[in-house]
Amino acid sequence: MALYSEKVMDHFRNPRNVGVIENPDGVGEVGNPVCGDIMKIYLKIENDIITDVKFETFGCGSAIASSSMATEMIKGKPISEALQVTNKAVTEALDGLPPHKLHCSVLAEEAIKKALKDYYDRHGIDYDHSLFPDCESCGHCHGE
Amino acid sequence: MIYADNAATTKMCPAAIQAMTACMEQNYGNPSSLYSFGQQAREALDDARGRIAARLGCTPREITFTSGGSEADNQAIFSAAKLGEKKGKKHIISTAFEHHAVLHTLERLQKQGFEITLLDVHENGIVTAQQVRDAIREDTCLVTIMFANNEIGTIQPIAEIGAVCREKGVLFHTDAVQAIGHVKVNVAEQNIDMLSLSAHKFRGPKGIGVLYAKRGILLDNLINGGAQERGKRAGTENLPAIVGMAAALEQAVASIDEYTARLTPLRDKLIAGLEQIPYSQLNGDRDTRLPGTVNFCFEGIEGEALLLLLDDKGICASSGSACTSGSLDPSHVLLAIGRPHEVAHGSLRLSLGDDVTEADIDYLIQSVSEVVSYLRSISPFWRDLQTGKRPHVFAK
Repeated sequence: MALYSEKVMDHFRNPRNVGVIENPDGVGEVGNPVCGDIMKIYLKIENDIITDVKFETFGCGSAIASSSMATEMIKGKPISEALQVTNKAVTEALDGLPPHKLHCSVLAEEAIKKALKDYYDRHGIDYDHSLFPDCESCGHCHGE
Repeated sequence: MIYADNAATTKMCPAAIQAMTACMEQNYGNPSSLYSFGQQAREALDDARGRIAARLGCTPREITFTSGGSEADNQAIFSAAKLGEKKGKKHIISTAFEHHAVLHTLERLQKQGFEITLLDVHENGIVTAQQVRDAIREDTCLVTIMFANNEIGTIQPIAEIGAVCREKGVLFHTDAVQAIGHVKVNVAEQNIDMLSLSAHKFRGPKGIGVLYAKRGILLDNLINGGAQERGKRAGTENLPAIVGMAAALEQAVASIDEYTARLTPLRDKLIAGLEQIPYSQLNGDRDTRLPGTVNFCFEGIEGEALLLLLDDKGICASSGSACTSGSLDPSHVLLAIGRPHEVAHGSLRLSLGDDVTEADIDYLIQSVSEVVSYLRSISPFWRDLQTGKRPHVFAK
């Protein structure tokens, strides 16, 4: 059996929404170079709808595929729906990830949340802080 | 397809396949059987042992067949440790960038009360005989240092290290898995007491190797049972693999000058081509390296993604990134030569086969350049390096 599902390989080889948004409404960056993966998600938001999303990722095949899939899942969606996107949902949409790659989907979920939090912060919008746990709490980097 | 992962394993040579097939078809007896058909197998076993011994510069009885390099490393180190322990010597010297077959064996001995000194291998990936001399103590029972590194290909000054060990009366073992068949090895001339090798690294079959131990060194069994291999390694001999290994070794040793002369300029061309990629760095000494092994780090990208895209271009290669090692940390070899984590994740090993062509080298250079450049174009880490938000590690 191949390392990755066909879905993962498709999103890795032909990533959707790659790039940068100039003057974004929110940006979320998670991970660090020491761990070997960084995801950065840029959002354009109008009337609580994510009208555009782009990403850049430094990382392995599943990190790039997870970012790509996560951007597909939130594009054109209301913020309330984007906040419901979990790492599990990203993994399922990719037809699964190998166990030691699950953290890539966690990074994708965190990057979305961080970008949305950034949107709220930039625009002075009040929000429920419990929706945005710290990136550091996941234990992926150095915590283990 | 360009198979550029010969340090992982090699394509078997026709001579080895032929020897194995003939053995399986015609000489399937058990070398331990009394009747003449069994004794015919015994003769093939003895013949292979003699031919291998001749290529290593030792006597046949100093050769023990094992399941490969890892078993040979384990048996060599545990045997030397047991001999040392009897004399109250429980200190072992090795290096920080050994194969895990050595490092994990040493970790086990450490838990049993042995003290382990791991020598620094410097940025060039080479340990010196002086370092070994300085590290040897009254209670040192073993020095174990690899002949050539499996990831970066640097070659160690084995004969000099062996001479220091002889002078100090300390056993010297070398894991020569990457060296045999690729550089000249002679245990007598290079002062080697124990040596491990694995057939599939020089176009022989997988699952077979040798532990050479100089006469007088008492080996400790890892596998107990019958009296095969002078009672030091039980189990019916894997005769087809052994004759295949002998054929492959003979061929590799016979063609080593030609191989070196052909591969070295191609390797250097590959190095020069990859160095044209901005913010890249060759890992390990430029010259004191295996004829076919090249290892680079590229800033701003991750190795697994690089391998997958090279695979799409028909190139088989390997990397020392954490994602390919299956752990959170990148290659211990790259960390040992001082590469920071963030660039060790972006490493690539290309190990050439003896059939590689100049056109293959051009294709490798072009493909790696394209893939690195693409991955950098989607990497926020690369963007930060370019905008000065994070500092570069290498020069442009």
